Amino acid sequence: MIKLENVEKKYSDGYVALKNINLECKEGEITVLIGPSGCGKSTTMKLINRLIHPTKGKVYINGKDISEVNPVELRRKIGYVIQHIGLFPHMTIAENVAVVPNLLNWEKEKTDRRINELMKLVGLDPQTYRNRYPKELSGGQQQRIGVIRAMAAEPPVILMDEAFSALDPISREQLQDELVELQKNIKKTIVFVTHYMDEALKIADKIVLMKDGEIVQEGSPEEILRHPANDFVKSFIGEKRLNLIQDIPTAAEVMKKKPVTTYPTRGLAESIKMMERRQVDSLIVVNQDNQLQGYISIYDVIRHFRDETKRVGDILERFSHTVGPDALLTEVTRMIDENKLAYVPVVNEEEKLLGIVTRGSLVGFLSDIYPSGDSGVVQQ
Amino acid sequence: MKDYLLIFADRWNDLLNAVIQHLILSLAAVLLGCIVAIPLGVFLSKTSIHWLRTLSFTITNIFQTIPSLALLAILIPLIGIGTTPAIVALFLYSLMPILRNTYSGFQSIDPDIIEAARGMGYSPRQTLVKIELPLAVPYIMAGIRLTTVYIISWATLATLIGAGGLGQLIVGGLAVYDKPLIFASAVLAMVLALIIDFLLSVLEKSISKRTHTETNQSI
Repeated sequence: MIKLENVEKKYSDGYVALKNINLECKEGEITVLIGPSGCGKSTTMKLINRLIHPTKGKVYINGKDISEVNPVELRRKIGYVIQHIGLFPHMTIAENVAVVPNLLNWEKEKTDRRINELMKLVGLDPQTYRNRYPKELSGGQQQRIGVIRAMAAEPPVILMDEAFSALDPISREQLQDELVELQKNIKKTIVFVTHYMDEALKIADKIVLMKDGEIVQEGSPEEILRHPANDFVKSFIGEKRLNLIQDIPTAAEVMKKKPVTTYPTRGLAESIKMMERRQVDSLIVVNQDNQLQGYISIYDVIRHFRDETKRVGDILERFSHTVGPDALLTEVTRMIDENKLAYVPVVNEEEKLLGIVTRGSLVGFLSDIYPSGDSGVVQQ
Repeated sequence: MKDYLLIFADRWNDLLNAVIQHLILSLAAVLLGCIVAIPLGVFLSKTSIHWLRTLSFTITNIFQTIPSLALLAILIPLIGIGTTPAIVALFLYSLMPILRNTYSGFQSIDPDIIEAARGMGYSPRQTLVKIELPLAVPYIMAGIRLTTVYIISWATLATLIGAGGLGQLIVGGLAVYDKPLIFASAVLAMVLALIIDFLLSVLEKSISKRTHTETNQSI
C-alpha cells in the first residue's frame, strides 16, 4: 500500500534526518512509528503526504510514485491528524469536519450526512455540537473531531502524528480504545507516530522502531517484545514490560519435544507397528527436511489397511491449526479449547516441526509450576 | 459662554466643509496605508529574508519618529503644497501601526493550524484566504483603528501646507484670536475621532463575530 524505498533526507545545513529508510505499510493495518524525539519518525510520516520531500529515494502509494502527483491533490486523499489537534478556531465543528469534502466539492447534503454520521461514530451528538466552536469543547472531544475530520472524505490512508500525545492519560486511553474499535470497521491504512510504547503496543499491527534516522527494528508488537534486536530496543520497551511478557510461558517451553513422526513414503503396516510400540493413536508426518506434512490416525490406517499400494502420504490429513514457538501459552490453550483439538504442532517459520503441545504436556508443565501437596506446599 | 455655542450655528457651513475635508484627508491616508501596509505585512510574515523585514520595520519606524511639522515642511520642496502632500505625509504615518499589526496578526497564528491546513490539502492561496486572513483580522482591525484616530488628530496640522480641514479653522482662529472658533474646531476634531473610532470598533466586532476570533492584544 505505502512503500518507502531507499529514502534519505538531508537538510540544507547538512543534517541527515533520515538514512536509507525502507518501509512498507500494509493495507488495512496500523503501522506505528516510534522512537525518541529527533529519530525521524515524524519526518518519515510527512514524506507520505509530501509535507517533506526526500533528498533521495522514492515513496509509493499503491505502486504510484507520489513525487509525480500534485501535492495538494495528494493531501486531499490522505487523512491527517496532528498532535496539537489543529482545529480551525474560526470554524464551527461541522465546518471543520467538512473541510476536505468542501475542498473536493462534495454536494452539501452528502457532506451534511457524512458529518452527522462521523460525529455519532465518536459519540458526539450532532445536534448539540455541530454549531459549536472548537474552544467550547474539551481536549478529548476536540481530538475526536480532529480524527473524524481526517476521515471525512473517506481517504484510504490516514496519517496520525502523535495524535493523542497532548491529551490527559484518561482521554488518551479512551481515544486509543476508540481507534482500535473504529479500525475494525473502517480498515484504513494508518500510519501512527508516537513516543509512547504503551500506545504502540495497544494499537499497532506493526511497530517500526527508529533511532537517529534509521529503522532499528520492525515487527509485530509480539515479535518486538519477544525478540528485542538490541539494548536500545530493550531499554525503549522498558524492563517492566519485558519481564511481564517473559512471565507467560511460550509454546516452545510447554511442548513435547520429540513427537512420534513418520514419512510420507512409509507403508501402513510399518505405521501400525510404530503406533503399537510407542503407544499412540496417531503419527505426525514430516518430509526429509522435517517439514510438517500432516498426520495419520489409527482409524485411517485401519480403514485403508487392505490396500497394499497405499502409503502414508496417500492418506495423511493436514493440520487445521499450527503455532509458532513464540506463541503464548494463553493463545495455545485458547486454540486447543475453542477448536476441540487433541494437540497442536509447533513449527518454525520454515514449517519445520519443533514439537507438539498436547493436553498431557500442558498438565505436565502446570504440575511443575504448581507442585502437588506431596511436595509440601499447603498442608492443613 | 453663549459665543461658544453660537459659533456652531453661525459658522455651520464653514465647519461642515472643514469636517468633510478633514475626513477626506484622513480616510484617504488610512486607505492608502492599508493598501500598502497590509499586503506588505503579509509578505513580511511569509518571507524568510530577514534583512528585508528589518529594513521595512526600520523605515516605517523612522517615518513615525519624524516630528509631523518637520515632515510636512520636508515634503514642500519635494511635492509642493496642497492636499496631495498632506495625504502623503499622513499616509507615511499610518504605515507603521498597520504594518506591525498585520505582521503580528499573522505571526500569532498557531503554526500547527497552518500545518493542519496544508496537510489537509489547502493550496497556499486557500490557506491564506480561508485560514490565515480570518484569524489575523482582529489584529489588522486593531491597527487600522489605532492609526485612524491618530491620523484624524494629526490631520489638523495639514493646514500648514494648505490642505484645509479643521486645522485651517484653528489656525485662522489663532490668527484673529477667535477663541470660540478654535474651541469649535477642536471639539469637532475630537468628536470626529471618537465617532470614527466607535464606527470602526463596531465593524471590528462584527468581523470578529463572523470569523469567531478574538484578539487579546491591545495596543
